Amino acid sequence: MKDRNTELYRIMYLIRMCEEKIRVHYPSDKIKTPVHLCVGLEAILAGVIFSLKPDDQVFGTYRNHGIYLAKSGNTDRFFGEIFGRLTGESKGKAGSMHLAAPEKGFMGSSAIVGTTIPLSLGCAFVNQQKKNKRCTAVFFGDGATDEGVFWESLNFACLRKLPLMFICEDNGLAIHSKISERQGYRSITNIVNQFDCHVIQSESTDPEVIADLTAKGISHIYNNHGPVFFHFKYYRYLEHVGINEDFESGYRSREEFERWKRVDPIVLQRAKLIKYGLKESFIQEIENTTIENIDKSIALASQAPFPPESDLYQDVYA
Amino acid sequence: MIKTISYREALNLAMTQEMERDSNVFTYGLDVPDHKRIFGSTVGLVEKFGSDRCFGTPLAEDAMTGFALGSAINGMRPIHIHIRADFLMLSMNQIVNMISNFRYMTGGQLKVPIVIRAIIGRGWGQSAQHSKSLHSFFAHVPGLKVIMPTTPFDAKGLLASAIRDDNPVICLEHRWLYDIVDKVDVAPEALVPLGKPNVLQEGTDLTIVATSWMNIEALRAAEVVNKFHGKKVEVIDPRTIAPLDYKIIYESVNKTGQCIVADYDWVNCGFSAEVAARVSESCFNRLKSPVTRLGFSETPCPTTRPLENKFYPNTIDIVRQVESKLNLKPSDLSKEKFYSYENKFKGPF
Repeated sequence: MKDRNTELYRIMYLIRMCEEKIRVHYPSDKIKTPVHLCVGLEAILAGVIFSLKPDDQVFGTYRNHGIYLAKSGNTDRFFGEIFGRLTGESKGKAGSMHLAAPEKGFMGSSAIVGTTIPLSLGCAFVNQQKKNKRCTAVFFGDGATDEGVFWESLNFACLRKLPLMFICEDNGLAIHSKISERQGYRSITNIVNQFDCHVIQSESTDPEVIADLTAKGISHIYNNHGPVFFHFKYYRYLEHVGINEDFESGYRSREEFERWKRVDPIVLQRAKLIKYGLKESFIQEIENTTIENIDKSIALASQAPFPPESDLYQDVYA
Repeated sequence: MIKTISYREALNLAMTQEMERDSNVFTYGLDVPDHKRIFGSTVGLVEKFGSDRCFGTPLAEDAMTGFALGSAINGMRPIHIHIRADFLMLSMNQIVNMISNFRYMTGGQLKVPIVIRAIIGRGWGQSAQHSKSLHSFFAHVPGLKVIMPTTPFDAKGLLASAIRDDNPVICLEHRWLYDIVDKVDVAPEALVPLGKPNVLQEGTDLTIVATSWMNIEALRAAEVVNKFHGKKVEVIDPRTIAPLDYKIIYESVNKTGQCIVADYDWVNCGFSAEVAARVSESCFNRLKSPVTRLGFSETPCPTTRPLENKFYPNTIDIVRQVESKLNLKPSDLSKEKFYSYENKFKGPF
């Protein structure tokens, strides 16, 4: 249990600190890509991806940094990409919004809401055909469930009993629009329950809880019972896009944030490690190593070459 | 190995041979395995390859197009079929925002081997929503390939090449071409390369660049012009709309000094404008008159027959343009027979 909790903490801390470092470096204007930071989302990302096998495949949205870091963990290539350098995972062509690391099972992400959901169908279909025991997970926000393609995809996944996990990261907001301003129904889980789909929901910010629920979903899939819809609540700490808080803009309150901050996943998990008897110095070593690695990767990225102009025409076609 | 088969059989043969050759190739789409089998072009596939490799789908074009991309980047080679090209508008987000970009956005980490087949309808009241070709829409976007086979030979060879290609290829097939019977090289390795135009008929006096069904009208027009005026018209079928090697077209216009583009689409901002611009840029000092464009009337396609007849460009329109460009007296066409919904061209070429 200690090992598992330590690993979950390490992943979450890595994600949080990468985002915090982006917040530090963003004003220098060296990061020329819109960033949708995932601060507050770490327990869901770490919990789900921890329960997946390395060769399981995931799809993300533009709020994808945590997926990349949990699935690949390569901070050199991560910051290379964020800084638009040749050393980036996609040689600077992805930036923040289209991160992918297919060899590590991160198959792609997109800056248009809902657009990777149907991709996960095709990916899961191939795994079903090849009987390779791979799971596919697709992450999306509650905003994506407003899109027709979500319902089209849910229907098809259920029809074909695809080995697929829908991971709805519900922060109650589509950019700045609340669910109450967008949805003419009371409960998405009630509706999804009417499909041939297993539904699992949680408001936990404990990555262990998320990891256990994910494991249950995976065994449901392995028993050929078809797709699982996870509904996870969380709170987006920062503005939709950018590095700042936006509680002064009027569409949400700081009080709401303070309530969620009391159950901050990083803080809770750290307290849990102490409770399990891990030494403060041991935890600090994990934290220091993480920060050192991030700083090293940022230094490398900011010195790395940009792609040559001739790269403009590369990879339009195979 | 040459056999005489129909366009629909040629499409069917390409799919059958490619599915036999590569177990990663599969096909799907609304009603693909039903009793009508996409006008016969998917006959026998579900029986031969099973319902895992040939299946129908819900009415969900957006998701089913994203499905193609997801399966392609995970190692398979989907062929998605639509009974009308108009329905591709429901797939446009996935085609233009995802499929065309995905390789580029990932810095070349992924390949996107997808074929999307769609049929262009015409006649008997197909009207505004079952008649579009839309090839210019797709050709506009880098990352996509667009083909429009006219002959049964090209239907087989181009579709097989498209299935083997590691990029997304949109294959647009005119419904009236399905009945044409002609000689086809049926060998599995008989491929027609993407991107190369085909000279359907050689000539020295004027070049017509025609797409899809307009090649049939252009060939008939060439026949009429030759009969009445003794002039030789060259007819070039680009076969691929994008990316296209224009060299053969430039060589032809440099030889004839005259060019008409007869496109199966609207003229405004269309493929005909692209050909006209490129020919003007490359052959300017050889052109004896400006490039002429023919296409749909600038209206939606109407249902009622007299208006529909007026909507589509036809052989007579081409003949009159040729006569005008070559300073010939308009010929008396009252005794000539032309193609129509009831009198389709059946081949051979």
